[in-house]
Amino acid sequence: MTNLYKSVPIRSSEITPKQVYLSRRDFMKAATVAASAALLAACAPSAADEIQNAKPVPTSNATDELGDKVNTYDDITNYNNYYEFSTDKQAVAALAKDFKTSPWTVEVGGLVKSPKTFGIEDLLKLLPQEERIYRLRCVEAWSMVIPWEGFTLASLLNMVEPTSDAKYVRFETVFRPEEMIGQKSPFYPWPYQEGLRLDEAMNDLTLLATGMYGEPNVAQNGAPIRLVVPWKYGFKSIKSIVKIELVAEEPDTLWKSIASNEYGFYANVNPAVDHPRWSQSTERRIGEIGRRASLPFNGYGEQVASLYDGMDLRVNY
Amino acid sequence: MKKFPYTPLQIAIHIYAWSALILLIFDAVSGNLSANPIQDLEQRTGRHAITLLVLSLLCTPLNTLFKWSEPLKRRRALGLYAFMYATIHVVIFADLDYGLAWSRLIQEVIQKPRLVVGFIAFTLLIPLAITSFDIWKKRLGKNWKRLHQISYLIAPLVVLHYLWSKKGDVLSLQGEVVKPLIYGLIIAIFLIIRIPPIRKALVSFSTRMLALLPGKSTA
Repeated sequence: MTNLYKSVPIRSSEITPKQVYLSRRDFMKAATVAASAALLAACAPSAADEIQNAKPVPTSNATDELGDKVNTYDDITNYNNYYEFSTDKQAVAALAKDFKTSPWTVEVGGLVKSPKTFGIEDLLKLLPQEERIYRLRCVEAWSMVIPWEGFTLASLLNMVEPTSDAKYVRFETVFRPEEMIGQKSPFYPWPYQEGLRLDEAMNDLTLLATGMYGEPNVAQNGAPIRLVVPWKYGFKSIKSIVKIELVAEEPDTLWKSIASNEYGFYANVNPAVDHPRWSQSTERRIGEIGRRASLPFNGYGEQVASLYDGMDLRVNY
Repeated sequence: MKKFPYTPLQIAIHIYAWSALILLIFDAVSGNLSANPIQDLEQRTGRHAITLLVLSLLCTPLNTLFKWSEPLKRRRALGLYAFMYATIHVVIFADLDYGLAWSRLIQEVIQKPRLVVGFIAFTLLIPLAITSFDIWKKRLGKNWKRLHQISYLIAPLVVLHYLWSKKGDVLSLQGEVVKPLIYGLIIAIFLIIRIPPIRKALVSFSTRMLALLPGKSTA
């Protein structure tokens, strides 16, 4: 009986040399990549070395504060408005899969006392990440509930200390037409730029998201770092940010420069003010059939309505 | 042996029209309609309707330019298939999308220019579909042709409906304007070819060109 369990000495010649098992791992990695390519085409991390940690698609039963369930990881990562890659929402995931999000720096400057360029890893270390479950309402009248991870924009801006002249914040997306083929289109004034008034930027809801569903952001969702302003139409939530600039004047924004009569600087979700060509009074929650009523400020009025006291939101749409 | 009664062109038209519908149903049943399935259905049926409409307008130019007369006999099928997809498109919009909430629907349709033009285009297609049968052709005589020339109006309206559903500005050529403009350009060309002096010039030009082709008899 016992000799069954007796340890057998292993001759050193039988031990697999390190180079061989390493290359076996590479082989396995490659095999995993190939095998999972079909399954994970959309949610696969861009770098192959992350594939070996491939986890099952994350799921969640979490809800937002109104009791609506978060959308599936699959929907969030396969239905993307990201014109830098494609105007076809379903084509973005595949086109974005080779987008390089590392190394990545974010330059924070302009009217600040201590301008600084942060590596994305520094930001993850310096600022604690928290989960925020937010509704995202697209100007095209569809919406999702998304569990983001990130830190408040205010916490970053406080580190660089805006001067008293700073009244607005301007954001810019990376410009890499070789990787982002949509940026070769002459029909858009690239790079994407967006802006917030300083008080909007400092509001506690305004998030810089670095992750989603407990995972680092994937390229099609704006990796590695993107803005999330949940009370405004989705196009305000600029993706893949490389530059944040404090400025004195209202900055230009991409959609406003394309059609200022349709896409204003404020772009607060407002069911009472229609898009000139379609109604904003209802929306389709992805995953649901039919339509539901849209909420003023996307349901975040309690936290943000006071920012616009005395303003005519029909004029400042 | 009886001769096979269908021409390749006829077969191609029927296969296109029905396979697109089968694919649509298949994707709907198997859950392959994107995360926003109703919008996907609306956009796909809309694209098929506009494509078939454009093809129906191509028939006359093919005859004018190449003396190929068979397409003239296929206009009815193309037009009716365009109407079929337009109908599915409208039914999905009214039923699946708006849950037949008529007051909201009507309010929406009268307020939004893109829906106004879409609705007019669809309404104008109805009499054309009804009168597309031979009995009506006989009964209406000369007026049948006049009636069916409404399609010259319907096509631009449909392009406008498509253009206005996209985010962009056509005057400054900014935003998502490329595809609607391509459809618009094609339709413009097909309509320009029909303008009598232009058609005459094209006919005489193509007659001379075709005469140069060896062994080609012009029917």
